[in-house]
Amino acid sequence: MAKAAKKTAPRAKKAPRSVPAGGYKVPQHVEKAAFVVPTVRGRKARSGRGKPTFLGFRRENGRVGVRSHVVILPLDDLSNASCEAVANNIKGTMAIPHPYGRLQFGEDLELHFRTLIGTGANPNVAAVIVIGIEPTWTQVVVDGIAKTGKPVAGYCIEQNGDHKVIFAASKQAKEFVHWATELEREECGIEELWVSTKCGESDTTSGLAANPTVGNAFDKLDAWGATTCFGETSELTGAEMVCAQRAVSPAIGKKFLKTFQAYMDEVIEPHKTSDLSDSQPTKGNIQGGLTTIEEKAFGNLEKIGKKAKFIDVLEPAEMPRKGAGLYFMDTSSAAAECVTLQAAAGFVVHLFPTGQGNVVGNPIEPVIKVAANPRTVRTMAEHIDYDCSGIMRREMNFDKAGDGLIDMTLRTCNGRNTAAEALGQRQFVLTKLYRSA
Amino acid sequence: MAAPHFLVHGKTDTVGVVVVEGVKAGQTLTGWLMEGNKTLKVKVLNNIPIGHKLALNDIKKGDTIMKYEHDIGVAVANIKKGGHAHVQNVKTKRW
Repeated sequence: MAKAAKKTAPRAKKAPRSVPAGGYKVPQHVEKAAFVVPTVRGRKARSGRGKPTFLGFRRENGRVGVRSHVVILPLDDLSNASCEAVANNIKGTMAIPHPYGRLQFGEDLELHFRTLIGTGANPNVAAVIVIGIEPTWTQVVVDGIAKTGKPVAGYCIEQNGDHKVIFAASKQAKEFVHWATELEREECGIEELWVSTKCGESDTTSGLAANPTVGNAFDKLDAWGATTCFGETSELTGAEMVCAQRAVSPAIGKKFLKTFQAYMDEVIEPHKTSDLSDSQPTKGNIQGGLTTIEEKAFGNLEKIGKKAKFIDVLEPAEMPRKGAGLYFMDTSSAAAECVTLQAAAGFVVHLFPTGQGNVVGNPIEPVIKVAANPRTVRTMAEHIDYDCSGIMRREMNFDKAGDGLIDMTLRTCNGRNTAAEALGQRQFVLTKLYRSA
Repeated sequence: MAAPHFLVHGKTDTVGVVVVEGVKAGQTLTGWLMEGNKTLKVKVLNNIPIGHKLALNDIKKGDTIMKYEHDIGVAVANIKKGGHAHVQNVKTKRW
């Protein structure tokens, strides 16, 4: 009797343990679930065997895109809700909300327009719906995008209300989706590709391996006649004289140093409180082993390779106008701000080396993550498109790593979604130069 | 050679970067001087996390720290050969 009673006695419940951050235990049935890796069936990339090609969408103005988005673009913060409602109604469209567009003036307003128009004009975008609170500025953006020849329609909310606008814009967006989804890719030469780069949450492995891998790819892309771009003005501090020597001529070198100095004089100096040691390098950089801005800057500069010379200095979001080659753009070093400006200038694919694991993406420009830190590759695998940690183990040289990255770039251009795209990382962050009126 | 414990960019560099996890004080590390493909050996004095730097020689307070064969800052304390070189003993010269 006693024995049986003992058997059925309820077991004391264990007090729940607190779960430390990062220490979450995966349930057994999930841990043991089979992970199916499908075979890659895409076109074989051809880097290392002559000038490669990719499959892109040729737009009305001749430029080539690698995605074909129907974008619902708000002029201002007040139009975000309507844009998101349209994107919710019509599948295959994408709203890109942002917090600005009201009472901006002067150079700041010009940059706002340039960024929105450039985003809509980017060849990765097939068609655009613009929604604004009032008609005049909405029309400025519509007209700017329409210059490319692509379909664009504008709607304004005042004297209509959200409901009418959402109804009309949704009907138009649906037609754009039918049209855009019938567009076909065609074979394009690599010289038609515009590639940007920017690194994030860098650590010492960025300068050792991930950035030089991008640099190796950039040198090859440059030789093939592609158009490429780097930025991050403040993050060249300490290496600015070395960077200036990478200009194609003394005049362009001077133009770069003038831009660099202006950033120092207008942005850094008047606003700094003590020094920038808490922001540049970032806390993540420091945790990753980077000690000073100079160390970060020399690592940063590895992204432009050894040979390519930059042929011009661009304003934020300014479209390159001097033909094929490497361009420097005056940008913040914050990842999303920089990539947003480069996409607005017309770049269609982005190479993003990271050390500690920046997860940034962009709504219209696919962002390819490159990492060499074996810990990051292990702990944040879902964010990394290209692992070049083999360099650190002496298993891979820069030439091989660069070829591999070019292959991944071509596959991405041909249609492979990047980690950031699959994970829905689409930071659209406008650069604001000063407070609104 | 087997996978190195630390990497050094150039010949004039005074620091190297640990590229493996779990480096403990007292360990003798093998380094790869990438320029010229040479092998180095240094005994480390501290636990050094992956990505962090070690001094390749004794560095005196006030000495310039060299990496990428460029000036990346100044030592604000003496650092012994094999010591951890980071924000506690190295500062920027810029801001």
